[in-house]
Amino acid sequence: MSDRIDVKKTYKLYINGAFPRTESGRTYEVKNAKGVFIANPCLASRKDLRDAVVAARAAHSGWNKATAYNRGQILYRIAEMLEGRRGQFVEEIVSITGATKVKADKEVTEAIDRLVWYAGWTDKIASLAGSTNPVAGPFYNFTIPESMGVIAAIAPEAPSLLGLIDAVAPIITSGNTVVVLASTKAPLSAMTFAEVLATSDLPAGVINILTGKKDEIAPWMASHMDIDALDISGLSSEKHADIKVAGAENLKRIHSFKSADPGRIIAFMEAKTVWHPIGL
Amino acid sequence: MSFYGLVDGTEASLKSYLGKLSGVDQVGAEARASMLATRSIKTTSKRWAIDTAITMVDLTTLEGADTPGKVKALCTKAVRPDPTDTTVPSVGAVCVYNDMVSVARAHLDLIGGQHVPVAAVSTAFPSGRASMPVKIQDTQDAIDAGAAEIDMVIDRGAFLAGRYIDVFNEIVQIRQICGNKAHLKVIFETGELVTYDNVRKASFLAMAAGADFIKTSTGKVAPAATPPVVLVMLEAVRDFYEMTQVRIGVKPAGGIRNTKDAIKQLVLVNETVGPDWLNPKLFRIGASALLNDLLMQRMKMDDGYYTSPQYVTMD
Repeated sequence: MSDRIDVKKTYKLYINGAFPRTESGRTYEVKNAKGVFIANPCLASRKDLRDAVVAARAAHSGWNKATAYNRGQILYRIAEMLEGRRGQFVEEIVSITGATKVKADKEVTEAIDRLVWYAGWTDKIASLAGSTNPVAGPFYNFTIPESMGVIAAIAPEAPSLLGLIDAVAPIITSGNTVVVLASTKAPLSAMTFAEVLATSDLPAGVINILTGKKDEIAPWMASHMDIDALDISGLSSEKHADIKVAGAENLKRIHSFKSADPGRIIAFMEAKTVWHPIGL
Repeated sequence: MSFYGLVDGTEASLKSYLGKLSGVDQVGAEARASMLATRSIKTTSKRWAIDTAITMVDLTTLEGADTPGKVKALCTKAVRPDPTDTTVPSVGAVCVYNDMVSVARAHLDLIGGQHVPVAAVSTAFPSGRASMPVKIQDTQDAIDAGAAEIDMVIDRGAFLAGRYIDVFNEIVQIRQICGNKAHLKVIFETGELVTYDNVRKASFLAMAAGADFIKTSTGKVAPAATPPVVLVMLEAVRDFYEMTQVRIGVKPAGGIRNTKDAIKQLVLVNETVGPDWLNPKLFRIGASALLNDLLMQRMKMDDGYYTSPQYVTMD
């Protein structure tokens, strides 16, 4: 008996609930901290971004209409699935960053807890960000926060899993859909996270994950007229100005964040003010 | 009528004419269509293809819920597909139900769209299930209302039952009604004809009977204008041209929703019948959603960034 041949995993993109290779056919090498080859993930092109935006736009209406409870359940379900594959995530983080097992395990735990935390916010954010406004007339006046639409996000280089969760979870909590560019140096947890999403009852297209180079994809994200807002937390601050200029054409809201807080959810919502007569 | 000297109008001559047709190599047709679909059309060629495709669109609305307002909006879009860009050409025609022809014609004339013809779907579209006098009256009404193109459906029931002469006579009679006032497009509903052999047979039958155009589908049945079906019809047109020196047009309709699909169709045309057919007089695409995608791709090429459906008109 000869030794069994390794079954190596092909890391692909996650667009519209499927795992396509990049349309460009390109890949790049990922090495660990010691310079040892780890994997060949896809080097996404602007056309992959375009396809992902089409998928995200199509998914928005359904995800936005889902009840807040249902969105919360699905976010919680993602956390459950992530918990079930904890070992694989720890292993991948260790192999690519050279972190200790204890440290990697802590990151995964935090990522799971963060998802549960956002799951709790789905049905509470409207109370926090909305209001009943005082008026001088026989009618009520409400301000209701609503999702914006399709949001693009650039996840930070590290931590690769927790940073990705922090990028996508606040966006989808309120009913937006998202196209996220994962960490360039450590994209493995992002693609394994996509496998978690695929088994989490999350409708196709709500989260789309690309792997590739920030400098290549970010300007296309900024200029794309069908992206309503952009989270550039993962982009170095000297590049923020250029991205904001490129995003000005469709008045894109462009934010970057340092921590996880409810403001991150509210940043990707827009307020709608409506009135309703009293007594009807 | 001479029928190009191919048939003399009798059932026997039609049978012998259709009997001489070779069968279609199904695997070969599908392989060739999928091979041609991989052609990459970029930059200036793509720009040319987009503009050409826009001039070939038969902008269509065939809904029970069509209102005069919707038809007028469609006509406005047909004349100036992108109100912000005067370099975008008008589409090939507006395609509506019979009762909307006069509304469409009047509105087109009002807004300076005299060059855009109105096509009417006729002969009990989409099923074709009505008596001959009704079908004739249907067609006559459309022409009287100002239709310059008649899209008739064939009686698929008769065709599948082998009563080719009935189908043939129907087309001949509608052709006579059209006279020189209207172009005649014959719709096969290829999704119901089942085999490529039938598609080829129907193509030759319709061309001999006097069709100006042969059209794949009504848009109400799937599958519709799949690339292999269009390839089979284009090959029939090419063979017919070799026999008679007459150029017949082809109109795929149904299922062509984006620029990529449209360009694949243009590649099929160019590679099968040649560049003479890359012309709205000989090739049309029946579609509604396609036009917006063509416009969005055109904007992307002009502006250098991806646009959003919010920047083109809704149908």
